[in-house]
Amino acid sequence: MRPILLSGGRVIDPSQEHDAVADLLIVDGKVAALGRNLAAPDGAEQVSVSGKVVAPGLIDLHVHLREPGREDAETVATGARAAAAGGFTAVCAMPNTDPVTDNQAAVGFIVKQATAARAARVYPIGAISVGQRGEQLAEFGEMVGAGAVAVSDDGHPVVSSHLMRTALDYARSFGIPVAEHCEDPALAQNGVMHAGIVSTRLGLRGIPAAAEEIMVARNVLLAELTGGHVHLCHISTRGSVDLIRRGKERGVNVTAEATPHHFALTHEACEGYDTNAKMNPPLRTTADVAAVRAGLRDGVLDVIATDHAPHHYEAKEREFDDAPFGVVGLETALGLGITCLVEGGFLSLAQLVERMSTTPARIFHLPGGSLRAGMEADVVVFDPDAPWVVEPERFLSKSRNTPFAGRQLRGRVLLTLVGGNRVYAAP
Amino acid sequence: MTIASLGKDLLGLEHLSREQIQLILDTAEPFKEVSERPIKKVPALRGKTIVNLFFEASTRTRISFEFAEKRLSADTVNVAAQGSSVQKGENLVDTARNLEAMRIDMVVVRHPSSGAAKFLAERIRSNVINGGDGMHEHPTQALLDMLTIRDRKHHLEGVKVCICGDVAHSRVARSNIWGLTKLGAEVAVCGPQSLMPAAVEELGVTVFRRIDEAIEWADVLNILRLQLERMKAGYIPSLREYYRVFGVTLERLERAPHELLILHPGPMNRGVEIDSRVADGPHSVILDQVTNGVAVRMAVLYLLAGGRPELAEAAKGVDRGGGA
Repeated sequence: MRPILLSGGRVIDPSQEHDAVADLLIVDGKVAALGRNLAAPDGAEQVSVSGKVVAPGLIDLHVHLREPGREDAETVATGARAAAAGGFTAVCAMPNTDPVTDNQAAVGFIVKQATAARAARVYPIGAISVGQRGEQLAEFGEMVGAGAVAVSDDGHPVVSSHLMRTALDYARSFGIPVAEHCEDPALAQNGVMHAGIVSTRLGLRGIPAAAEEIMVARNVLLAELTGGHVHLCHISTRGSVDLIRRGKERGVNVTAEATPHHFALTHEACEGYDTNAKMNPPLRTTADVAAVRAGLRDGVLDVIATDHAPHHYEAKEREFDDAPFGVVGLETALGLGITCLVEGGFLSLAQLVERMSTTPARIFHLPGGSLRAGMEADVVVFDPDAPWVVEPERFLSKSRNTPFAGRQLRGRVLLTLVGGNRVYAAP
Repeated sequence: MTIASLGKDLLGLEHLSREQIQLILDTAEPFKEVSERPIKKVPALRGKTIVNLFFEASTRTRISFEFAEKRLSADTVNVAAQGSSVQKGENLVDTARNLEAMRIDMVVVRHPSSGAAKFLAERIRSNVINGGDGMHEHPTQALLDMLTIRDRKHHLEGVKVCICGDVAHSRVARSNIWGLTKLGAEVAVCGPQSLMPAAVEELGVTVFRRIDEAIEWADVLNILRLQLERMKAGYIPSLREYYRVFGVTLERLERAPHELLILHPGPMNRGVEIDSRVADGPHSVILDQVTNGVAVRMAVLYLLAGGRPELAEAAKGVDRGGGA
């Protein structure tokens, strides 16, 4: 493997509070040096990246890669390539596959497919309960042994508070977080969008904000009770942000994520029954969007995760009630972060990198998120100013279900390296 | 005078202008007379093929549309979800495209999913008329309600209409709210809070919590059917209590400071949302609504087929029977 010298870029590495023009030298797939005017070793490939940002590769704690089960919508390989195109060098795959990723063999299968894909790294998340049925704990220990980095029942919230308590306790033995989709199913009442004026106008069943907040509150309390690490997925409401803020002030071991769609769109996007705006948790109000943005700014919400949820065209091409929840997100996340949060004045570029790389690595105990010498060279190079238009037909993901088609964004990924290997280069 | 056009479809009243709604009501006027003739047929839609595509049980709406179509001389086919290919898993679009391949001109669709009529309209060339989609809209019902109120009050401007009952799950309520407010009526809703949709006041309506307050305020009550499933789903404790607390009874109406007009889109649950003595009493215009339904639907069909409103009277000309 030839050494690579990325020269003259703005190197942002929140792990060492570095944000300045510098060169980054990669040798044998690892970061060899970061500094000014580095000399290129013999035979090195020198890439001038002046005017561009060089950062630790982005890490997404929440994606759905659909394999096994729905390979028509995505596979581990296509998902890992879409991730690389979005600047991600690692993603965590949720266990709602078919069959459910609830045992070591299933976890091992994901690891094997990811290794073969040679794109972004894929870390499996195992199920909390067998079959995600919310009854019996899955074998955390064996799944961690096979490569799982966290557990979650994903779209099936753990209804039993006892089971959630047990999961938080048990997960401590393995040092893994328990990730939870916060939703009280009885209160959500098979709703299909946020309960508010738009659902009233459209005549669609609404999911009140309280359906999320009740479970956020419960999970914060159970984390407090057990001392376990609860990770709250895709926070969408102002009330949830407040509950998490108060939990953190008390020192509870809680972390939380926000998705690009929840900081970029409101429930108005469902007008016209656009099934690409149907996701769970649903798009909320302007006040909720403002609270999510402020939560990311203040660090109450620790990370940005996409909840990348590919669906085959046919699945979304139907009545709103019957279409599945979910949007793809890997290839638009960085652009939305720069456009909505950096240009919007909520985050500096360095903070955005922190929320999308350094912090995700830290809270899920993953390698990466840093350009310190000796680290695996998981690196993204992007142009923070380049405007581009979202064209779903160009996605590397197998699916196209995005509400952002046609939207002009700023911030374009140019190069993604995983362990020093080029896994994506902009055409 | 510019002639407002309805466009290709009638999906709801939310996105229609005041002028378009007025146009439909005015066009319905000359069509009322057709149903009073011994030979109830005019040639306006002769040669047009219309499919009534009903994915949900309906008696009166489907029959009303069918009469409207037949009295305009259209050829009609009824497709009910039961026994059709819908049961075999064929989706809405494929069903409609297959029908369209048989060269139809219009589809009247009723469907349990909100937005289904719009979904269909965007995917087929035929005119689509929403015969009720989920909890979204039921535009022809609201139009016939408005025509019935206008018949009695001679205008809609300033008339106080209260929609009573399960507003949350009602497409009739939504269409009435849009239509009436656009035509200048004052609109209120009244019912148990557990059956009110989120942020209902943002639709520009007054909310009454007690039926007596609504009766005191209103000129017109439009009393919605209470679906019996609502009790099982826990929105209300019992039908008995509903009648006692929210039922429109003769005793309650007699305490009103002025006489009220009583509407009900049917089918009624007598002794639940409405007292029989009210339903069958002198202020009930419930059967007038049914009569007007045919005229309103004739107007909608005629206008969507490209008929010019100023010619509606003339369009009735040929085939004139022995009547007027």
